[in-house]
Amino acid sequence: MDVLGRYRNLIVLVGVLFAQVLGLAVQVKRTNDSESTRVIRIWAVGAVTPLEKALVWMQTSTGKIWHSYFYLRGVRAENRSLKAQIERMSLEQVRMSQDADQARRLQALLGFKEQFISQTMAAQVIGGSGSEQSRVVFIDKGENDHLKRDMAVITADGIVGKVLNVYPSTSQVLLIDDQTSGVGAILDKTRLQGILRGTPSGEVVLEKVMSDETVPAGEQVLTSGGDGIFPKGLLVGKVTKVSMGNDLFLNIRVRPAADLSKLEEVLVVTRIDERQAQPDQSGTARAADILAGRLPTVPPKPENAEKDAAPSPAAPRTAAPTTAGSDAKPKAASPEASASSGPPAVRKTAPPASSPGTSSGAGSGTSSGTAATPAGAAAGTADTKASPKPAKPAVQPKPQPAVQDSPQ
Amino acid sequence: MAITYTSGEQVEVYRFSIPATVLIPLAAVFLQAWLPLRFPFFSIFDLPLLVTIGFATARRSPLAGLLTGSLIGILQDALTHHPIGLYGISKTVVGFGASSLGIKLDVENAAARFLLTIFFYVVHEIVYFMIARGLVGSRMAWSWPHELLSGVANALLGVLVFMLLDRVKQRT
Repeated sequence: MDVLGRYRNLIVLVGVLFAQVLGLAVQVKRTNDSESTRVIRIWAVGAVTPLEKALVWMQTSTGKIWHSYFYLRGVRAENRSLKAQIERMSLEQVRMSQDADQARRLQALLGFKEQFISQTMAAQVIGGSGSEQSRVVFIDKGENDHLKRDMAVITADGIVGKVLNVYPSTSQVLLIDDQTSGVGAILDKTRLQGILRGTPSGEVVLEKVMSDETVPAGEQVLTSGGDGIFPKGLLVGKVTKVSMGNDLFLNIRVRPAADLSKLEEVLVVTRIDERQAQPDQSGTARAADILAGRLPTVPPKPENAEKDAAPSPAAPRTAAPTTAGSDAKPKAASPEASASSGPPAVRKTAPPASSPGTSSGAGSGTSSGTAATPAGAAAGTADTKASPKPAKPAVQPKPQPAVQDSPQ
Repeated sequence: MAITYTSGEQVEVYRFSIPATVLIPLAAVFLQAWLPLRFPFFSIFDLPLLVTIGFATARRSPLAGLLTGSLIGILQDALTHHPIGLYGISKTVVGFGASSLGIKLDVENAAARFLLTIFFYVVHEIVYFMIARGLVGSRMAWSWPHELLSGVANALLGVLVFMLLDRVKQRT
């Protein structure tokens, strides 16, 4: 008894360590260790995440009040520049939609199946693991919001990771820079495929690309769709450094497009649709129609006034170049567009398809066609938050579904 | 004032109230999970480890030290996606070691606390590394400069944390 009393502390230490080592061994042995320790994890997450949620809520609310009511400096200038950007992009969209139509026709001929992000859910990042060895974050959506394991998590900039564990009101997301993560990836131009992995130091590398291949630095890396989690074509990042690896493979370092160290809001891809590619039945949208649709609409005059007033063609003529002037850039206008764009008098007669509607319709089509880019997905989300617009005569929405945001 | 006598030296033994015993480790784990998202440099700190060392050296009871360490470690493990026990075992060892050493050394002054924290930080990392590599099979890299630098950073923060803990500890 004296011996037991004398070495009591040591015996307890050995006992506690033994119990933990045994528990660890059991977890490692089991393939699905999260089930055996689920209760502990739920308790821990339940104890910590409410505080995190409360803090994030306070931070967001304060930020919203500040940014929405007090700090509005430069908003006008920003608004102007964004409008100009929209004008440029809607012209570029025409060119891209024509390319997409052509690609869709070819895909239909070959019987391709396309994948589309058809539903996403916005979530807020509320916390992390607190360990450099475990690169995971917690988001404020969980089982109650119908999230499931292995759902892809993205931002407008690029992919972020996948849902690893789902708890009642939160979920744990494994980031792509964790060493246990793996994403099927493809290089944009060279079309070389590999596996994207994190390293213990938190870098991201593309593995399994043969060393006899040439990969230029700066090349974009996209998802290949081979992992069954991320749909094909989402932006992953850029190649920053290429060196010879130990084996027969290159050591390709990738800088993720999404800033994984400063995540605030993410989109969880809750539904991916797969469907046979179909050619666009609605006919090709012409750049001239888009341009015309964006011209200022002439308000309908009362019949009496129309009869009385003398025709004055100068007014629309002066208006037309003002609006179109900034957009009539050779880069944006396709050959077809430049060929069919007539004089201002012709543009005036185009149906008054309002530009937001036109952009929206084309936007859905483009983002479906390139469903692939998270930016497209995000744009689609924004589109569908507002109710779907009716089809405009100038640009018909493509048959592909747009991205929809689930109610939060 | 209760004074315990160990190896002929007089050392004071402190205790913490139940709310402090529960809330301080919880707050440490919470801040450890939350702050690195806002301030990425904070990920080099290990607040739960500092609290473990602080509690263990103040209580000077190996049993209490190892139990506190194991509970804080398990809580920290539960927030990661690794098997539970990696931090648990490491912090159990640290809790036991810090309280055992606290009996023999004067850990009331800042210099002693600074050195003690560096030492136990490195011990913690070595134990974690060995378990992660040996038992779990993780690919982990060991870098002495990184560990020593992190140890110094944690020791600096540790001195502040221990000063805060001094305010809530009570003499037995």
